[in-house]
Amino acid sequence: MSVLVLMEPGDPSRQMLTLARKFGEPLQAVHMNAVEPFAPDALAAILQRGADELQASAVFAAGSERGNEVMARFAARSGLPFAANCVAVTPVQPVTVTRLRWGGSLLEDALLHSARPLITVAPHTVPIEAGPEPTDVDVKPFVAGLDERDLLVHVSDHVAPANGGVSLTTAKVIVSGGRGVGSKEGFAIIEELAGLLGAAVGCSRAVTSAGWRPHSDQVGQTGTKVAPEVYIACGISGATQHMAGLKGAKRIVAINSDPQAPLMLNADYTVAGDLKEIVPAISAEIRKRR
Amino acid sequence: MRVLAAIKRVPITGGRIVLTEDSRAIDTRHLGFTMSPHEECGVEEAVRLIEANKGDSVVVTLGPPEAVEQLRDAMALGIDRALHLQTDGQEWDGEATASALLDAIRADEAANGQFDIIFFGNESADSGGFQVGIRVARGLERPCVTGLKKVTVDGLSVRCEQDVEGGRDVYIVPMPAVVTVKEGLNLPRYPSVPGKMRARNKQVAVTAPSRPAPRLELVSLAVPAGQGRRAESLGTGAAAAPAVVEVLRKAGVL
Repeated sequence: MSVLVLMEPGDPSRQMLTLARKFGEPLQAVHMNAVEPFAPDALAAILQRGADELQASAVFAAGSERGNEVMARFAARSGLPFAANCVAVTPVQPVTVTRLRWGGSLLEDALLHSARPLITVAPHTVPIEAGPEPTDVDVKPFVAGLDERDLLVHVSDHVAPANGGVSLTTAKVIVSGGRGVGSKEGFAIIEELAGLLGAAVGCSRAVTSAGWRPHSDQVGQTGTKVAPEVYIACGISGATQHMAGLKGAKRIVAINSDPQAPLMLNADYTVAGDLKEIVPAISAEIRKRR
Repeated sequence: MRVLAAIKRVPITGGRIVLTEDSRAIDTRHLGFTMSPHEECGVEEAVRLIEANKGDSVVVTLGPPEAVEQLRDAMALGIDRALHLQTDGQEWDGEATASALLDAIRADEAANGQFDIIFFGNESADSGGFQVGIRVARGLERPCVTGLKKVTVDGLSVRCEQDVEGGRDVYIVPMPAVVTVKEGLNLPRYPSVPGKMRARNKQVAVTAPSRPAPRLELVSLAVPAGQGRRAESLGTGAAAAPAVVEVLRKAGVL
């Protein structure tokens, strides 16, 4: 018996190993780049064969986009249940998991009734711990045995990002506007401050729904999840939809006319008042100090 | 062309989630409901495809009797008719949901012909299982591409764009296909008054599948502890600007 893990470069896979080790040893790894270009059904087929041949007691992946996708495909083809985005597991049958709902605004305790639990671990919720490292499964025979149908869905091209601005996912500072900004034109003062800070411009769902900003600027559960040093939220009330995208932010500065807005209560620093006066005043103060 | 969009009724949670006394559900007594945001874009895309290509558009949901509201919302945007897999309000896990949808899709296709494209949301807003569309596609033995921000029908195939770090990956698959989409795919229209009126008279076919024992079985829900932030007031109005700049300086971003 062994535990099969699907590895990708980066911390989320290292975090996943912390929970995978609870299911025993040895850990054996299949890598996300086993088939290139990426073909999710092929990865799922490899996991299925690997799990069968190794008699894996459990299969783990990081709860990344691709991790969740490949595990769901593996679950579908092997007729097993699948628990996505877990933050805790207990390896006693029936397995209990704690998993994220609502993009992390809610935790669910659930029983996973399965002889072979398929689990992904929500990124940045579990610490990386030292422990036995996984050894690589020799996937060559599995790759050679892939069915043509498993290669039908594959990446055939890559297109560069549309806008050349500062990326939300990697920005150190984000200046973000909500309904309180009032209009498309109102974002001029947000853009001015972002320009001075070398920051990305973000917004809430209300703003994209109104057509003031493109969806690529949206921060939240159904937009981009961000992790800046400083997040400056201007006129954003802080619905759970928005807060789900802010869990990685180190410092939150909230500017809002309503001191009881959820974001004002969940921020590190607050300024109460009219953002149309406050934001330009911050820009002026930065210029003054230069 | 025949197009199907699958949706799920979810509460509009607002600022703070409150649970029922038994901690097994969200207390929705004071909440409104909507369809998951990703799915709204799937519905919009389905409507646009039929506007451009003519044919039949269908919306399907598995949910309580009240979920007919979300089916009517989809029909107000232009979907032709609805399939309602009615439940007693108990939660179904992803596996059971996919299995019931698969049966309903097979029955509709047997009577009316194959769907060229089936739209799902990438994941539901509430339970976030990341699997229903993928499972249905597997059952139908059709290609499935997930997490899409752009879907273009080109002859007999579908060109799909998926956001990844540093741009977009492109997949091209033959129809019939299943796609799971994300918000940002398009900007869904607002329902017009005539659209809402027409939706009232559109057909909703109701069935009542029986719920199998869940294999991912919800035991209880909890609201996570706060992020430990204790807001420090920097003042009121423009006079607070120097204090904000000081915070930026201390954070090393200025």
